[in-house]
Amino acid sequence: MKTKIHAEDGKQELFITREFDLSVEDLFTAYTEPEIVEQWMGTKVVQMENKRFGFYQFVTTDPKGNNHVFCGTIHEFVPNEKITRTFEMGNTPFPVQLEYLVYEKLTPNTSKLTMQVIYKTVEHRNQILQMPFAQGINWAHNRLEEITKSKNISR
Amino acid sequence: MNLRRDVFQAIADPSRRAILMLVASQSMTAGAIAANFDTARPTVSKHLQILTECELLKQEQNGREIYYHLNAKKMKEVADFIEPFRSMWESRFNKLESAMKKHKKK
Repeated sequence: MKTKIHAEDGKQELFITREFDLSVEDLFTAYTEPEIVEQWMGTKVVQMENKRFGFYQFVTTDPKGNNHVFCGTIHEFVPNEKITRTFEMGNTPFPVQLEYLVYEKLTPNTSKLTMQVIYKTVEHRNQILQMPFAQGINWAHNRLEEITKSKNISR
Repeated sequence: MNLRRDVFQAIADPSRRAILMLVASQSMTAGAIAANFDTARPTVSKHLQILTECELLKQEQNGREIYYHLNAKKMKEVADFIEPFRSMWESRFNKLESAMKKHKKK
């Protein structure tokens, strides 16, 4: 279990930590190079201005053809060290969240990411936490459909 | 024959997962829980019975009413609420790692 979640009871924040078999430079690139972001986030990168007050926007199309927009503004951008940004899920009742991403070098070939996410209320945080609990099976199914479809297209 | 009642059987059903999420925030009576579903009241009662039998829900008598509340200790046994969220990020980060390694080979 490389990825750890720390969500204290009654707090409106959570921490996601993960150690990578990548240099901190490579880890940071995976977050800032649109082509790579698209691969691991499973989304289309519409815009990505990697700078202070830059805007970013991702669009994901679900198997039904609906578009889901994720966007936000970058407030701090320090290569190989940190990104501070807002994150908003379009067309959902969820309020904007604040994300502090901290990148750390462990060894020349390993690194650590600490993501602190702050939500508007404790309830919103808990809803986000529980979302995959309720929808996990659906999502896995959709994802499977997507992969099957994309394979068919590439053939 | 008695049906085997375990937590995994209990959470395999989407309606029962919805019930657990509902009572996660506050204790509720069977009536109040049923009011959140389109399904017939006896169906909801059956779900509540199963969830109670496998100890995910606890009953609490309050005057004339019976309130259902989440048994947090038992929930932990289901590798807790956070696990699906965690594994979602785990799989994302695994993809990140392999995408980046592939990218570097180019």
